[in-house]
Amino acid sequence: MSSPLDSSAAVMAAEETQQNILLPHPPDIIWSLVIVVIIGLVFYKYALPKFQAVLDERTAKIEGGLAKAEQAQEEAAAALEEYHQQLAEARADAAKTREEARAEGTAIVAELRSKAQEEAGRIVETAHRQIEAERQTAAVSLRAEVGALATELASKIVGESLEDSARQSRVVDRFLDELEASQTASATTSAGKEG
Amino acid sequence: MERPRSDDLRETPLFTPASPMLLAASEGEGGFHAPTVADFFPPAIFFEGTVFEFNRVMLIRVIAAVVLLTVFVIAARRAKLVPGRFQNVVEMILDFVRNAIAIEVLGEKNGRKYFFLLATIFCTVLVMNITSVVPFLNLAGTSVIGLPIVLAAWTYVMYLGAGVKAQGFGGFLKSSLFPPGVPKVLYLLLTPIEFLQVFVLRPATLVIRLLANMVAGHLMLAICFTATSFFLFDSAGAMKLFGAGTLVAGFAFFLFEVFVAALQAYVFAILTAVYLNMSIEAEH
Repeated sequence: MSSPLDSSAAVMAAEETQQNILLPHPPDIIWSLVIVVIIGLVFYKYALPKFQAVLDERTAKIEGGLAKAEQAQEEAAAALEEYHQQLAEARADAAKTREEARAEGTAIVAELRSKAQEEAGRIVETAHRQIEAERQTAAVSLRAEVGALATELASKIVGESLEDSARQSRVVDRFLDELEASQTASATTSAGKEG
Repeated sequence: MERPRSDDLRETPLFTPASPMLLAASEGEGGFHAPTVADFFPPAIFFEGTVFEFNRVMLIRVIAAVVLLTVFVIAARRAKLVPGRFQNVVEMILDFVRNAIAIEVLGEKNGRKYFFLLATIFCTVLVMNITSVVPFLNLAGTSVIGLPIVLAAWTYVMYLGAGVKAQGFGGFLKSSLFPPGVPKVLYLLLTPIEFLQVFVLRPATLVIRLLANMVAGHLMLAICFTATSFFLFDSAGAMKLFGAGTLVAGFAFFLFEVFVAALQAYVFAILTAVYLNMSIEAEH
């Protein structure tokens, strides 16, 4: 009873009964339809839109956050750049100021030095002139006094006054000439030493 | 899987030449109940004999639908910008459908447009498949043909509608029945094939692929566990050792069934996306 032929005949027989798995029954279809429609309605009307909204919102948030971060980074980079530039400018300014101050200082020193030298030269000149004037004054007063003194001294030493005034004058003159000659010579040597 | 009809085993399509060997072992004790197609046609619970006849399969589908909707509605109600663990899992599934199925196949614009359809189909098929490994349910909601037919019909209507909307009625018929770039003579051969393909084979294969996978998976699992039960409790001596083998096999099939459940949901959704794409784009 259980040969392959029989069993295939049994299959054929079964396909004509209610138990063929490929033949749908109306209740099966109807209940399936009800279930699929209910699932579809809940998914389409509630669950999936809700999820999609949340997912889209999240995407937007993440994209917005990324954009914001990028912007912040750009701003920071710009600020850094500006800061560097300002720093460089400040450094250049400081260097320039220092250079100027140094140059100015040098100029002031040079000016002061030249002024001082001028002053010194003038002082020396004045001193020379004063000395010369005093020497001449001295020479004039000497010329006046030395004759009288010497005459007085000579008359005292000789014990008699010389009667001939002409002779007297000649003697005095000669004496003074000699005196002056020796004085000029000594003045020249002393002036040479000073210069 | 208690059924009162283990006697008329021979009258079921599953009765194969190999069956007598199993029966020979069982007939002595009468303890082995091989799973049969009758598993998929349980007796009615309510409204027997009407078009609203409600049986165990419907109950499984209703439970699965309630669980699915509860999870999604709670997750959606609590949906926040910064997701928690629970929301993450649900979002992971939706992200997968959107990126790996919708946008991958249909592109950015149409992928977004058909995301709701694909997500609903994927989640429905997944949850209806997974009931085959849930204790006490033990039967996939998609292992009886009604649900695959309804889902495939939805896909069918959507891809035909998308084609007509994108290319107009004539344009859609022309681009699907007369593929461009082919010598005119070949249309004699191609047009009937394309007609069958677009209007019959696509929905039919969607239905049969899903149904056959889930039916086969249930039968394999049921055979392994009823055999384990038989070897451990009804057989004598060394025969009990076979029980360990069938138990391990049953566990392997359990894992495999989980994989198949997810895979078939993916296949159903991605084929829906592919058919939509073929309808929208004139050249294929």
